[in-house]
Amino acid sequence: MYRYDEYDQAIVDARVAEFRDQVARRLNNEISEDAFKPLRLMNGLYLQLHAYMLRVAIPYGTLDSRQMRMLAYIARRYDRGYGHFTTRQNIQYNWIKLAEAPDLLAELATVEMHAFQTSGNCIRNISSDQFAAAAADEIADPRPYAELLRQWSTLHPEFSFLPRKFKIAVTGSNIDRAAIQLHDIGLQLVRGETGEIGLKVLVGGGMGRTPMLAPVIREYLPVADFLSYMQAVLRVYNRHGRRDNIYKARIKILVNDLGAEEFARQVEEEWALVKPLGLDPPASELARIAAHFQPPALAADAPVDIDLSDPAFAKWVAVNTHPHKVPGHAIVTISLKAPGEIPGDASAAQMDLIADLAERYAQDEIRVTHAQNLVLPHVRRADLFALWQALAGAGLATANLDHASDIIACPGLDYCTLANARSIPIAQKLAVMLAPQESDLGELKIKVSGCINGCGHHHAGHIGILGVDRRGDENYQLLLGGSGAEDASLAKILGAGFDENGIVAAVATVVDVYKTLRTGPEERFLDTYRRVGPAPFKEAVYG
Amino acid sequence: MPRLLTGNRLETGDVLWWSGSGWSLHLKDAVDVDADGEALLAQLVPQERISDLALIDADVTPSGWRPRSTRERVRAVGPSVRPDLALPSLPVEAI
Ligand code: SF4
Repeated sequence: MYRYDEYDQAIVDARVAEFRDQVARRLNNEISEDAFKPLRLMNGLYLQLHAYMLRVAIPYGTLDSRQMRMLAYIARRYDRGYGHFTTRQNIQYNWIKLAEAPDLLAELATVEMHAFQTSGNCIRNISSDQFAAAAADEIADPRPYAELLRQWSTLHPEFSFLPRKFKIAVTGSNIDRAAIQLHDIGLQLVRGETGEIGLKVLVGGGMGRTPMLAPVIREYLPVADFLSYMQAVLRVYNRHGRRDNIYKARIKILVNDLGAEEFARQVEEEWALVKPLGLDPPASELARIAAHFQPPALAADAPVDIDLSDPAFAKWVAVNTHPHKVPGHAIVTISLKAPGEIPGDASAAQMDLIADLAERYAQDEIRVTHAQNLVLPHVRRADLFALWQALAGAGLATANLDHASDIIACPGLDYCTLANARSIPIAQKLAVMLAPQESDLGELKIKVSGCINGCGHHHAGHIGILGVDRRGDENYQLLLGGSGAEDASLAKILGAGFDENGIVAAVATVVDVYKTLRTGPEERFLDTYRRVGPAPFKEAVYG
Repeated sequence: MPRLLTGNRLETGDVLWWSGSGWSLHLKDAVDVDADGEALLAQLVPQERISDLALIDADVTPSGWRPRSTRERVRAVGPSVRPDLALPSLPVEAI
């Protein structure tokens, strides 16, 4: 894991001191709310429906047990005993007091964490593959590149006031667990013709009001040059992005308006000017960062065969573990989606337990996934049973990864001031309804957003649900056919919206139609939908 | 239609309701500000102590005020998915 050096720590400590002063001046009425609000947001502190919400950055979703324990402590000391893991691999606290926020941030800084650039029109927390450095299918660990981006983008003066927020994801695998086609910039590690590692660059994807898949603007970029190229992409966007219209201000609109080819040409032109300026770090700096991400020393002769005679354990192993690149090991996903519970929420006690288990069984590493689950990336197969038992005792052993009850849901109208409708209760009802048959249904990704901003990734759901406002009442649109994976596609609205009970019934109908139309249990919902199209689903739902 | 004045306390973010002489955490204490709403806003906004001040529409029901929008009912009660954190003045079912 990356550890702060003196510069990283000094930046974060200085920011805490600055914010402490700003909060004090606001509380004394020395500055107005209008002046203070942008400063508060730059430190990740939003005013939501019931209280202040703090969004804490978890760079590329990687944590150690010391940091997870701090997150648990903050939940207890400054909040109401829980936190919410988000689709940006961050954590949010819902009940923060403004007067206490500086103390909270000072404590967070002691474990090399902060909350800035989790809001505002800047480069947000860099996201990545939650299986990084563990997946058998990856070319290389993407996190050194994500960390370099983090350092480059931290308080970058040129890119602190972009036309809109800016999200970058990096993956090292052909299997896309980081939704790179749905980011402002998606980066994928690839091998060049002579075998050396470079980056494929996608620009202009995103969800929200105008969802788009990112086109590739460069098939191969040498890693040595990649920061200057990023600088060029951001410069073209900063110069031409639509600052006049908030709904057209994301880079996806610019790329779409210009066309990918013309956008790429402008980037190359800018890059020719930027590259000679010497912005790219020397190889020694990338090597210094990469040294922090050395894979743990795992025994390649660890036993592969384990006792699977307990059916509940065997199911959990089959559903919630993935092959590790080192034989005898597994990647474990801890579901935060027990049916009926709030997707992504974890209590302080659960966080503490996961920290303990990471230390004992997983080389002290924890990851947050964009699907609001947690991952222990390096677990000996021989330890899986003990780990599963410990998780089960805390309600954390639900075997539903990528199944119908593993639903993404944004906070929605239960917390969020921008929401049109509640997301969480819909997710809870669907999870309870579908859990009994989810083994039969196979992979089925349901995603719920409480408004068009799409934090619940509804456009990337096999089944997506979008909360809308209908004359002051909550209403829900049903979308089908989306994917955020390597086979990315955007879900399409099926027809008119529903009330809360109606949307649950409509999903039940859609699932029933799938079961009658699939070629067999191995054909996923998404594949059936792609094969038959929306018509039979529409017919069944709307008659 | 009755109008209520609401906002969030600067220090804590707590949802507040104008009770006629001050602020209450509880919707049941709210008063209809009626035609005085704008004047109250004009007086309170410059004081800079309550954030997101707003006048909202509500109906009178036998059990008290019922804000017209789901959003304001959620604000009055707390997150519907965490009844353990709801304010005692209004049941979650009220949303
Ligand atoms: S999608 Fe909308 S309702 Fe949901 S968290 Fe984002 S802004 Fe809030």
